[in-house]
Amino acid sequence: MALPSYASPLERLWHRSYLLLCALIFFFLIAPIVVIIPLSFNADRFFTFTQEMLSLDPEGYSLQWYDRLATFGMARPDAPRDAAWFADMWANSNWVNAAKNSLFVGVFSTILATVLGTLAALGLSRSEMPYRRLIMATLISPMIVPLIITATGLFFFYSSACVPQGSWMQDLFSPVLSNRGCLANTYLGVILAHATLGVPFVIITVTATLIGFDQSLNRAAASLGANPRTTFFRITMPLILPGVISGALFAFVTSFDEVVVVLFIAGPEQQTIPRQMWIGIREQISPAILAVATLLVGFSIALLTTVELLRRRSERIRGVTPG
Amino acid sequence: MATPLDPHAAIVTEAGGAPDGKLTTADGQPLQKALARSSRAARRRAFFLVAPLLAFIVFTFVVPIGQLLYRSAHNDGFSANMPEISAWFAENPPGTTPDEAAFAALARDLLASAEERSIGTVGTRINYEVPGTRSLFTSTGRQVRRGIEPPYQQALLEIDEEWADAEIWAAMRGASTAYTDSFYLASVDRTRDIDGNITPVAEHRQVYVMLFLRTLWLSGLITALTFLLGFPVAHLLATLPMRKSNLLMILVLLPFWTSLLVRTSSWMVLLQQQGVVNDTLVWLGVIDSNGRLEMMYNQVGTIVAMTHILLPFMILPLYSVMRTINPAYVRAARSLGATSWTAFRRVYFPQTLPGLGAGALLVFILAVGYYITPALVGGSSGQLISNMIAEHMTGTLNWSMAAALAAILLAGVLILYWVYDRLVGIDNLKLG
Repeated sequence: MALPSYASPLERLWHRSYLLLCALIFFFLIAPIVVIIPLSFNADRFFTFTQEMLSLDPEGYSLQWYDRLATFGMARPDAPRDAAWFADMWANSNWVNAAKNSLFVGVFSTILATVLGTLAALGLSRSEMPYRRLIMATLISPMIVPLIITATGLFFFYSSACVPQGSWMQDLFSPVLSNRGCLANTYLGVILAHATLGVPFVIITVTATLIGFDQSLNRAAASLGANPRTTFFRITMPLILPGVISGALFAFVTSFDEVVVVLFIAGPEQQTIPRQMWIGIREQISPAILAVATLLVGFSIALLTTVELLRRRSERIRGVTPG
Repeated sequence: MATPLDPHAAIVTEAGGAPDGKLTTADGQPLQKALARSSRAARRRAFFLVAPLLAFIVFTFVVPIGQLLYRSAHNDGFSANMPEISAWFAENPPGTTPDEAAFAALARDLLASAEERSIGTVGTRINYEVPGTRSLFTSTGRQVRRGIEPPYQQALLEIDEEWADAEIWAAMRGASTAYTDSFYLASVDRTRDIDGNITPVAEHRQVYVMLFLRTLWLSGLITALTFLLGFPVAHLLATLPMRKSNLLMILVLLPFWTSLLVRTSSWMVLLQQQGVVNDTLVWLGVIDSNGRLEMMYNQVGTIVAMTHILLPFMILPLYSVMRTINPAYVRAARSLGATSWTAFRRVYFPQTLPGLGAGALLVFILAVGYYITPALVGGSSGQLISNMIAEHMTGTLNWSMAAALAAILLAGVLILYWVYDRLVGIDNLKLG
């Protein structure tokens, strides 16, 4: 917003202070995320900039907290760093295991949420859909209902959702259920819960993409003799793919960042990164938490870039100018 | 000439030849009926696409929430294990002084319950209503198992004087039916007295109303703060040229995409007594090193961290509405002699209201249910109602109480959600 050339001095002053105010708010938004990055390289056990760090003395910086992330929970962290040490780290380090669990749960819940959510968005965007508004509101509600309520409800449900002991169902489902045949403390339970939380994001992004979708393309395909399946995979899917992928990324991030539900329904086996962080922050916050946080910030920058590129691509395909 | 390959021509010719003058399709069906059938088929196809997800959400979300609501009004911890005294309560109206028959029923129930090892459950249920009474049940259960003689009233009173306490009898009456409103009453700091009337609980135990009010107040304050901070930024982003605003937008989207726990822990780092903010203030000479500010483990921590976390949820809807506002209106107002303030107040601001409504409702709905951030930086004065629900789930294990509090919170959120859907339309929710 440029100031017109006839602006009075008072207006100029006001404009300058408005820009300064905006700069301060941007600082407020971004500073807390940036400040932890240098602090995670602190050589001391402090959460503040030491004298050495401020004078850019290499002595003040170290990678010890990143090292601690890798070694925390290992059987022999001090052993020489050979193949056996790496095997030990891969198998026993708490944070490595948490990362593995987070990825595992994230990937499967994302697949589930994306497939179901995309199908539903296709149905919801048809004009013939009955009870559209009500069903849409129901499907979005996992995002609106406070997580603590969802977690409480799922806790009761998962501890009662059990197959009868000794029945054929137990033989069939035992690999994915707990020892007592319930959903509580299982990967399946966490995946189902995270998929539920991810669904609204998929629906919202895919529906938004479909609003700009030209239905006459489908009719054109049909008139040229394509059956509905061919039309979907050759025409619809490539066009809405950017929306589907960014919905999937949202679902993945939701799962990757979710802690409340995991705290209630997961067992020690299903330790995820947020849960491990939660324990770390609650018990005794150490700069190792900042090292994780820095890694996660890098991860979110990568995701943000991907989503942004997808959005632009989607706009280019649809011939919409950005904005 | 109509051919079977040209359906339009077929309709026209058939219509012309139809005896009752109704339009029909080529195969002789009335057009209206054929249309109804094909639109029914289209509806079915649309619904089949949604059905799998709907079934999934019902199974993993709606049913668990329903179960939660059920548990908030249903607790048979006492009634299932103490059938005889429950029957006595059913027969005698509130206010009846317990007689020998009542004590005899109580003694038999205590004996049966102690033998089945369910006395702990029974005691816990009464303990919810009258704190400190769980041991009364377990210890009396042990004594009763050793054998007591009638008259039971005297015998039980000899074991423990507390059995004469009218408050305990009122609590037992409340718990004698599986379906109970006592958890909802407790959620609003109410209880039933000896005569069955609803009365406020003792002053030192009134916490829930205060917590609900605090949750509303802090959520409102955070909504107002996000508005104050979000409005100028959204305006700047909406009026800058696209290239610049896309660049600055990253500063809004990066926090949006960054993990909640990362942002909360960085606020902990910043706000600590030995943290960056205090260090900077000391270095600037604003405060003395001994007078470091307490900005964490209190309401300040909750407010600052939650404002930061929810700010993008205000900026994004405001931005998308402001983008569509035509700048010519403000220019027209200025050219007609309005001052910039008048032009803003009477022309620009009213056009931003849809975005403001959407953002404010979204931020408020999210803030009311927040748990993680208050739990980590809130201390005791910054806790919200969610933290109390978690406390009852994992600390006191009073699950029915947690369910009742959750149900009240849920009702509030659903009303707001309904308003949001009415005003904004849930389809218009945009992300990133």
